[in-house]
Amino acid sequence: MQFLALLSAAITLIGAIMVITRRVAVHAVLWLVVTLLALAVVFALLGAPFAAALEVIIYAGAVMVLFVFVIMMLNLGRPDSDREKEWLRPRAWLGPALLATLLCGELLYTLPFRPDDTAAPDLLTARDVGLSLFGPYVLMVELASFLLLSGLVTSFHIGRHRLRER
Amino acid sequence: MTPLPLLSILLTPLIILALATLLTWVERRLLGLWQDRYGPNRVGPGGLFQAVADGIKLLFKQDWIPPFADRGVFVLAPVIGMMTVLMSFAVIPVTALSGIAGNLNVGLLFVLAMMGLGVYAVVLAGWASNSKYALLGGMRAAAQMISYEVFMGISLLGVVMTAGSFSLYDIVTAQTRMWFVIPQCVGLIVFLLAGIAETHRLPFDLPEGENELGAGFHTEYSGMKFGMFFIAEYAGIVLISALVTTLWLGGWQGPVLPGIVWFALKTGAVVVLFILLRAALPRLRYDQLMALGWKVLLPLSLLNVTATGTVLMLRSAG
Repeated sequence: MQFLALLSAAITLIGAIMVITRRVAVHAVLWLVVTLLALAVVFALLGAPFAAALEVIIYAGAVMVLFVFVIMMLNLGRPDSDREKEWLRPRAWLGPALLATLLCGELLYTLPFRPDDTAAPDLLTARDVGLSLFGPYVLMVELASFLLLSGLVTSFHIGRHRLRER
Repeated sequence: MTPLPLLSILLTPLIILALATLLTWVERRLLGLWQDRYGPNRVGPGGLFQAVADGIKLLFKQDWIPPFADRGVFVLAPVIGMMTVLMSFAVIPVTALSGIAGNLNVGLLFVLAMMGLGVYAVVLAGWASNSKYALLGGMRAAAQMISYEVFMGISLLGVVMTAGSFSLYDIVTAQTRMWFVIPQCVGLIVFLLAGIAETHRLPFDLPEGENELGAGFHTEYSGMKFGMFFIAEYAGIVLISALVTTLWLGGWQGPVLPGIVWFALKTGAVVVLFILLRAALPRLRYDQLMALGWKVLLPLSLLNVTATGTVLMLRSAG
């Protein structure tokens, strides 16, 4: 079990590195899908199969497909991947590498304080998730739905504006 | 839950593939019957080995990758299509004792997740082919499948609410007294239509509309790579039919005959319905497809959820 968790964590990391180093946009998105799938496996192994399923359905299955859809619309070609290469020069890595090192240090610092992980994790079922979403976190759910609604209204407004101009 | 899990994991894909291959022949014969002609009837008894002949032909064809294509993704796309469909069968309980993981507590969500990933097969095939027809087919597929996934998920909610579980095994056992086809008939209709759109079959086969797009997303594919798309489509039909059987038609339950026979009979009946729809209906226009989805099916499935919730609340209160 622990070996599987470590393996999927490693795949997550490798996938994430591949995402930022690929030059062809669709390849980067595909590596991001791999990352999300591995993350879903980590969730499932941690005892949250519902979160794992949602991760695959929503992120890997819907959001990423929309990413691919948009990239297909853009019709990127050779010059675009060459430009990506231009952007990936060593100097650009300096800032992110510094911040990542800081985060890594923070993680190492907190490692000794982690809770006892030998205990078997409780299975977090869909019922538990639903009860906590509409129980203690109901305000958050409502706020998130506000945000989504405003996004919907905005995109509708922009789309309608274009139609009238034509 | 199975006596020999490894054996069934190895056998299930083989059986599904054999069924899907057989289905190509069944479809052509049935279409022939309904359109007052013969269909393939020369190879073997009643033309039964036509599917085998087609398979051998595909294997011996040149496996060509166009020079302008993105090689890696081009090869990956049909593999994704095949994998996601075959994976979905893992959670379908064929009988009370067989099936690989029929008891998985997020079984239904697993199927939805695999269908969500199946979109990549079509979209990536369209993108990697790097040709106009394939790209247009891929774009249509992306928009169509993303839209119809929404109602597919919502149409399943009614069943899940009534059964009180995402596990397909629990859903079947919840139908001992009455099949869900009676209280959840609206959900069934929405699911069937969404299922046709997800497997991009006629009348919703716009991603491969041959009279305007050549062959749509698989225009550039040949040989066994095309064969994999082809077989994955038929395996998808079997999958949707098996899901309809499990979720609405009581799964393996039925009098006298053993469970597996009932499951096969019900699944077969839904498969034949799929083929009949292809024989009877013309292809829709793209805007009609989208309008049907967002303006009819979405409100219908939401109403179904509301009604189911109300009935369940009243029943638990009273």
